[in-house]
Amino acid sequence: MEFQDLQIMAEQERSRRKAIRIHCCTSSGCQASGALELFHQLQAAVEAAGQSERVDIVGVGCMGFCGQGPMVSVEADGVLFEHVRPEQAPEIIASLDGGPCNVKQGDHAHPFFARQLHIVRRNGGVIDPERIEEYIAVGGYQALYHVLHEMSPAEVIDAITRSGLRGRGGAGYPTGLKWATVAKSPGERKFVICNGDEGDPGAFMDRSILESDPHLILEGMSIAAYAVGADQGYLYVRGEYPLAIARLQKAIAQARKHDLLGSQIFDTSFNFRVDIRVGAGAFVCGEETALIASIEGRRGQPRPRPPYPAEHGLWGYPTLINNVETFGNIAPIITNGADWYAGIGTERSKGTKVFALTGKVRNTGLIEVPMGMTIREIVEELGGGTPDGTPVKGVQTGGPSGGCIPEALFDTPVDYESLAEVGSIMGSGGMVVMDATTNMVEIARFYMEFCMDESCGKCVPCRTGTVQMYRLLSKISAGQATAADLATLEQLCHLLRETSLCGLGQSAPNPVQSTLRYFREEYERLLRKRVTINLTSR
Amino acid sequence: MAARTLTINGTLISARSNETVLEAAREAGISIPTLCHLDGLSEVGACRLCLVEIAGSAKLQPACHTTVTEGMEVQTDTPRLKAHRRAIVELLFAERNHICAVCVASGHCELQQLAVEVGMSHVRYEYLSPDCSVDISHARFGIDHNRCVLCTRCVRACDEVEGVHTWDIAGRGTNARLITDLNVPWGEATSCTSCGKCLLACPTGAIFSRGSTVAELERDASRIATIVAARNERW
Repeated sequence: MEFQDLQIMAEQERSRRKAIRIHCCTSSGCQASGALELFHQLQAAVEAAGQSERVDIVGVGCMGFCGQGPMVSVEADGVLFEHVRPEQAPEIIASLDGGPCNVKQGDHAHPFFARQLHIVRRNGGVIDPERIEEYIAVGGYQALYHVLHEMSPAEVIDAITRSGLRGRGGAGYPTGLKWATVAKSPGERKFVICNGDEGDPGAFMDRSILESDPHLILEGMSIAAYAVGADQGYLYVRGEYPLAIARLQKAIAQARKHDLLGSQIFDTSFNFRVDIRVGAGAFVCGEETALIASIEGRRGQPRPRPPYPAEHGLWGYPTLINNVETFGNIAPIITNGADWYAGIGTERSKGTKVFALTGKVRNTGLIEVPMGMTIREIVEELGGGTPDGTPVKGVQTGGPSGGCIPEALFDTPVDYESLAEVGSIMGSGGMVVMDATTNMVEIARFYMEFCMDESCGKCVPCRTGTVQMYRLLSKISAGQATAADLATLEQLCHLLRETSLCGLGQSAPNPVQSTLRYFREEYERLLRKRVTINLTSR
Repeated sequence: MAARTLTINGTLISARSNETVLEAAREAGISIPTLCHLDGLSEVGACRLCLVEIAGSAKLQPACHTTVTEGMEVQTDTPRLKAHRRAIVELLFAERNHICAVCVASGHCELQQLAVEVGMSHVRYEYLSPDCSVDISHARFGIDHNRCVLCTRCVRACDEVEGVHTWDIAGRGTNARLITDLNVPWGEATSCTSCGKCLLACPTGAIFSRGSTVAELERDASRIATIVAARNERW
């Protein structure tokens, strides 16, 4: 394939489009509320109205406003329909010609949409993720061509470094530095791994990206492979994401068919293959060394680092592991330039971050916002506050490794350092809103139960410390604990943080410690008072 | 092989460049408590007892898995490390049913010795008292899961030294259990050669020879290292 071929494909795709293009979300969230049936009904309605020549119904990826699904949008006039029921399909088609329409309409000017900035999710809800032609029509794979023909691997790494991109898996390690380390590590061969083992409760950013724009991730991985000198990639996706896996399989087959994956890509000496590895449900496999063990066919358990995968990774070879969202940023950075990306966000956290906004909030769904937006803006403006007006108490970010941030600190900007300062983490992007009725001890207990269940059992502090902490939290919750139990709980927090083998155990105390830091009175209120019997009063 | 000099607890010592902090310390007569480590087997860094403080590193590092570097400053016995070690040993005692008075390994048990070493006077944590089984389907050996600490020394001895891999771990977290073959009773595990290396490697009374009674089980775990050394140092 040549650059011209990309342009021809894009042109052909654009010219075959009909006058009106109706997008129907077919991602997991909307599918759960009946989007597939709606999609078929829309097609039938077009057929019945004799509009097949003029109207195209396209199944697209996630539009983000998952709480309002299933969602349908009309491309030309920008009309957005929410909560569409299959039987309303004829009404929507009739409305194209000015017919009456009682389907609930959304508003693009709503802060939920207007305050977002789409980089990774720019094709979500716009293209059909199952057709490579649509990705190419919006400029897809041009960044890869540009990289292979006009840039050296060092220049690619330099661009990523200058962009300021940091790992979106949660820890925020500088992506350019990681790439440079892998590129410089000696090895007969190298690997690129995409970590799609998203497992935090309440987080579904990576699933949505994989379902909505699989080629964006393949292109990002290919650019990374060229930069670090890898010829084989693995997409590690959790088994609970069947739609993402199916779409990735389709995308890989299409890319191979068009020689965008395989040998001599774009007639250069660059070869790159990608295979999918499906996770079997262990949360710990999101930890990079456990993920590597799982790909190698061994028990998914972490091992001590160093050596880091950048030096000693898959089968002992230098390996680059990045999160789905990180790879999603690569092609846009190459296309628009490092300076463009570095101009978005804050001093030390560049670009945008996708969050899954859930919990006690009016507008639930996926949002992509520039780094540095405050939590208050996200919760109150984009999220629209709580559904019933109950005051917001806090948000939980970062899942079981993160912490709870109280409402008083909502003016904290969302960036890696600021979130760490208030005792939470950026994490992969889960953001659960809690209102005044939320019991924070129960929240801590929930996350501790999760960590206890998901501990692999390799190291002692995590394996048995999480059980003890869960029991103590249950005891507190049941009103049977004493101040001594609370002290033991805090000692265990300290122990796990300092001695656990991997990030799971080290960060497991975070939900407990952050709720103790901001909502300590909720714990103390539940403690059993020492009963004093006054023997002299008689 | 180059030599390195480093400081452990303020004492200057020398070490080979490929040695771990644990090896260097032991050679210099400095004891660091361990449980999952066994000479002759690969390191897993799982028990977290050998964690040490290294100047310049905020995180504690496992001595068994950290290679020495020139000028490294190591502390192995600070109050912080002592507190952590004691807590870890207590957590192990609370996890399963470790009752020394009825154990074959009493008096010859590494867990018991660790408890003395770290000064464990009592256990602060709730005993989990799990329901664990005893498998005596094997003709010569038995395994009492009540006493297992999941150090995986048997797994590694079987895999790396005997080359069989009869043992492995099934399940997750505190529900993890040692299994033989694909979770069949040990006596039916056809891969087992009955070599007894797992028995040598076991730090507690979990794997025992049948017929031994309280405090009778004496073994020499260093024989694993002897076997490995004999293979590696062929003349």
